[in-house]
Amino acid sequence: MNEIQRAGVTSRFEIRIEDKTHVGADGTLVPAIRDFVLEVAQESMTVLMGPSGCGKTTLLRIVAGLDDRFVGEVDVPAGARIGVMFQEPRLLPWRTVQQNIELVAAPDFGPADLEWLAQAVGIADMLPRYPQELSLGIARRVALARAFATKPDLLLLDEPFVSVDERTADRLRRLLLEVWSARPTTAILVTHNAREAILLADQLVLLAPRPTHVVAVETIAVPQAERDGKAIDAIHADLLRRYPANFTST
Amino acid sequence: MSVTFARSDAIPGARLFRGPLVSVLSVVGFLLVWFIAAEIAQSRLLPGPVAVIHYIYEESVHGDLLTELGITLWRVVASFVVAMLIGSAIGLAMGQMPALNRALDPWLIVLLNLPALVIIILAYVWFGLSEATAIGAVALNKIPNVIVTLREGARALDPGLDEMARAYRLSPLSKFRNVTLPQLQPYFAAASRSGISLIWKIVLVVELLGRSNGVGFELYLNFQLFNVTAILGYTLAFVAVMLAIEYLLVQPIERNSTRWRNKPV
Repeated sequence: MNEIQRAGVTSRFEIRIEDKTHVGADGTLVPAIRDFVLEVAQESMTVLMGPSGCGKTTLLRIVAGLDDRFVGEVDVPAGARIGVMFQEPRLLPWRTVQQNIELVAAPDFGPADLEWLAQAVGIADMLPRYPQELSLGIARRVALARAFATKPDLLLLDEPFVSVDERTADRLRRLLLEVWSARPTTAILVTHNAREAILLADQLVLLAPRPTHVVAVETIAVPQAERDGKAIDAIHADLLRRYPANFTST
Repeated sequence: MSVTFARSDAIPGARLFRGPLVSVLSVVGFLLVWFIAAEIAQSRLLPGPVAVIHYIYEESVHGDLLTELGITLWRVVASFVVAMLIGSAIGLAMGQMPALNRALDPWLIVLLNLPALVIIILAYVWFGLSEATAIGAVALNKIPNVIVTLREGARALDPGLDEMARAYRLSPLSKFRNVTLPQLQPYFAAASRSGISLIWKIVLVVELLGRSNGVGFELYLNFQLFNVTAILGYTLAFVAVMLAIEYLLVQPIERNSTRWRNKPV
């Protein structure tokens, strides 16, 4: 049965959300997503970029299977392994770094995998520590390692680099790219940061304000490794010219 | 840096007052006051510490004191386990299900305010003077406190960690062990702490009213004989047992389960 489900994973994911409406505490209806359709390519980095509050997190929660009150279909197979990086690290404070990673790890995740992953994100010395002993930047690295420890069929990243300073955020983005290139994974990242989106995306999906839907899908051809400051500026200038509404505020 | 250093060593011997020495001095002081009071009173109704400790020794070696202590301790442990199990289950359920909480809340308030004596008397009248009735009556007195504490614990569970557990598809058992239980640990600790002290006091009342052994029964017997030495002896012996449980069992367990806390960044 598992084999059949995994067979589904090898094709493209399709996300189709016709309607997602939040019900407020006082019963008011707040439409969050309307007629959203997206195909996610295998082993590529899909970045969803939209203004703050446009429903990006809601979208990702639906894809992660955390919210099933919506009209539509997400064909993530039931047996697919998912790795998630939330806006906060969300580590278990009463478990060590190593225990946090191993708790969610794939069944075939062994000591060699742990060592490689810890080296790759630079937390090899931190494995026996408790999360409260870590800075936010280091805790983010642990959360990144944990997401990859599941050997995910689908990696979901919800603004994973907010609320750390720009230099730390930049180092974390490079780390993500390194680990992700070494272990190609289907990934969906949401952000409101244009430069982050341009640095990371294979497929850049521009979202409309609430109720959100897809405005355009841009494929960025330059390999991520070659996107230095100048290349990002050039891509940004081009996108700003074509989608002024999506790129002026950031 | 140097200021802090100077302050901690400014008063000679200040360091001595920080460790267990203060606790020891405090106990010695209490014994001294007791000793002097007994010497002044020179009454059968206020025996000194030497007489009481001698009584404890004699009764342990030649009498039934250890047996009676054991029986009472067993009732305390049994009531405690029953109260914690039932109280935690109900408390957690009420904390997570608002409808259930609304349905059971009036009962909880009634039970919280029902005097221990009423519960004990009615239990003995309705279910007979048996061991099970005694333990059940004591547990019933403690259950509402456990419910209230654990209900708060269930309400304070972190929804972010819950989402994490669901997103990573943790099994229900793994989620309970790794995510839920550690969050409830302080609430369990609080409920057990107040639980043990409350329970052993109520156990004595239950023994006094309807059992023919245990510390409570002995206290009642010696009250009728006006044997204050025996009353103080039994009390002191059982307090010693409870202190031993606190320092040798409860506190080490608590230190061990909270060692992840309060570590500097």
